[in-house]
Amino acid sequence: MKEITILSGKGGTGKTSITSAIASIVSNAVFCDNDVDAADLHLILHPTIKEEYTFSGGWTASINESSCIDCGICTDHCRFDAIHINGHGKLEINPFKCEGCRLCERLCPVQAISSVQSNNNYWYVSDTRFGILVHARMGPGEENSGKLVSEVRRKAKELAIASHAGYLINDGPPGIGCAAISSITGTDMVIMVIESTISGLHDARRLIELIDTFSIPTYAILNKYDIDPLSTEEIEDFLEEKSIPLLGKIPFDDRMIEAMVEGKTIVEFDDKLNISRIIKDAWKKLESY
Amino acid sequence: MPFKIAVASGKGGTGKTTVAVSLFHFLLKEHTPNIQIIDCDVEEPNDLLFFHEAEAESEHDATQLIPVIDNDKCTYCRKCVGYCEFNAIVVIPPVNFAEVNSSLCHSCGACIVACEFGAITEHPEVIGTICNYRIDGHGILTEGRLKVGSAMQTMVIKQVKQHALKDADVIIYDAPPGTSCPVVETVADADYVILVTEPTPFGLYDLTLTVDLLKEIRIPFGVIINKAGVGDRKVHEFLLHEEIEILGEIPFHRSYASQYAKGEIFKNIPGEIETQYEQIIQKLIVRST
Repeated sequence: MKEITILSGKGGTGKTSITSAIASIVSNAVFCDNDVDAADLHLILHPTIKEEYTFSGGWTASINESSCIDCGICTDHCRFDAIHINGHGKLEINPFKCEGCRLCERLCPVQAISSVQSNNNYWYVSDTRFGILVHARMGPGEENSGKLVSEVRRKAKELAIASHAGYLINDGPPGIGCAAISSITGTDMVIMVIESTISGLHDARRLIELIDTFSIPTYAILNKYDIDPLSTEEIEDFLEEKSIPLLGKIPFDDRMIEAMVEGKTIVEFDDKLNISRIIKDAWKKLESY
Repeated sequence: MPFKIAVASGKGGTGKTTVAVSLFHFLLKEHTPNIQIIDCDVEEPNDLLFFHEAEAESEHDATQLIPVIDNDKCTYCRKCVGYCEFNAIVVIPPVNFAEVNSSLCHSCGACIVACEFGAITEHPEVIGTICNYRIDGHGILTEGRLKVGSAMQTMVIKQVKQHALKDADVIIYDAPPGTSCPVVETVADADYVILVTEPTPFGLYDLTLTVDLLKEIRIPFGVIINKAGVGDRKVHEFLLHEEIEILGEIPFHRSYASQYAKGEIFKNIPGEIETQYEQIIQKLIVRST
C-alpha cells in the first residue's frame, strides 16, 4: 500500500478536483480529506456516512463570576491576553483567545476557573462510489487542525491496510503550517498541484523547501498552464532544477467547474475530454515510477 | 483609530490576495496615503509579489519563547510535564533526561510556574520574519513570513499584527485560507470582514463555514463574489436567503487572470473591474463612519 498526499502550498490550485479525478481512475484506493478546515472532497464523492467520531480539540477556560474574587492572578499570567474585565466589571475569558493551557485554572486561589474540552469537531468513515472516504468537519475557529489531520490519516491508513487497498490518497490542506506538516509526515509520496501563476510558483517553492526536510519523493502536476506561458516556463525550469518529475500539464478549462457544479469528477463528466486524458496519463506516469 | 478590514475566505484561491491588494491600491491612489496592508497569510504570503517597486524599510524576527531545562537544577520531579497541556515536555527520571519539544510548545509559561527549582528559563527561537515595505512613497505593506518547517503560524500572525500603525486611516489584513485558529487570530480585532468567494460548490460550502465562524465571533461582514460568471447561482441564493450583503461582483476575465499570473494586476485593469472596486470602496467608507 502506497500513501500519496496531494498538496499545493497555494490554495485553489485544483487539489480537490484532481484528487477526485484520480478517484475515478484508480480502483482499490482509500481516500482521506486532510483539508479538515475547509473540506470539499465530499462534495464530489458524496459519501454515505457509516461511522461518526468526535474529536476532542483544545481546552477552553471560563470563570465562574460568583466565586471570582477579582485578584487578577489569572490576568497577570495569561500570555494570550484572553482575560479581560467585562461590561459589569468582572473578569471574563475570551474563548477565541484562550489557548487552553489551563495555567489560570491551576493558579486561581479560589478555584473559580474551570476548563472544558471542545467537542465540536467530527470525523467520519464513509462509503463512496470510489471506495472508503475518511473525512472531517471542524468546528469554526477550532485549534489543533494538525492533530485532527493525524487522526483521520491514522484511521484511513488502518482501513487501507485492512482492506488490502493499493493506495491511500490524501487530499491535502493549503499552506505549509501545522496542518500541511501533519499531512506530509510519514507519507510515501507527494503530488504537488501547481498553478501557473507567480503566486503558484512562490508558494510551491516554500512547499518544496518543507517537503525536502522530510526527503519524500515528490511529483508535480501543472494546472491552468496556458494562463501564463511565462510562469509555466519558469515553473518547469524550477522543477527540473529540483529533479521533480512533471506528470502532466492541464490547461484552463471551464468544464472543470461545470463538472464540480454537477457534483462529478471531470472523468465522470466526460472521459473523452483532453483534461480527463491528461490526468489519466499523469496517473499512469506516476504508477510507472 | 484606523478602520481595520480583514479579507478572508474559507476556500483557498478565491481571490483574497487580489481583492486585498486591489483595495489597497485603489484606496492609496484615490483616497488616502495613510494606509497599511498586513499580509497575515504567513504560510504563503503573496501580497508583495504584486508591488514591484516596494522599498524594504525594516526587518524583524518573529520569535517564540521556548523553555530550556537546566539539567544541573532539574530534579526530574515531572511537575512541569503535568502542567504542560501540549505534551511538549519529556522527562525520564531514571536516565536524567529532561527536554522541551519546541514544535509542540505554545509558550504559555505554565512549566516556568510549575518548576520549584528554577530549572526552566525561556529563550527566543526564530519562527518567522516580519518585514515592512513602503509602497508608492506612502503606503505600508507589512508581511509576516513563517519560517519553513515551523508549525507556529498563529504566533507569527499575532506578531505581524503588532506592527499595525496606530495613525493609519485604513488597515487591510489579508487572511490565510480556512476557518481555524489562524483565521480567528487575523480577523479577531477587525472592524469589518470582507469574505471573498467564487460561485462554485466548493466556494459556497467553504463560505457557509466562514459565515458560521463570523456569526459566532460577531464581526460584521459582507461578501465579494469573485470570478463572477463561472459556476452556478447557488452562492447568490445563499446570500439572499441569509440576508448577507453582496459588496460587489468581480467578473471573470481570462486576460485579467493572465495578468494576475504575471504579477501585473494593476496594469490595464478592465473598466468594469475598476468600477466594482470603486463601488466596494464607497460601501466601505459608509461602513467606516
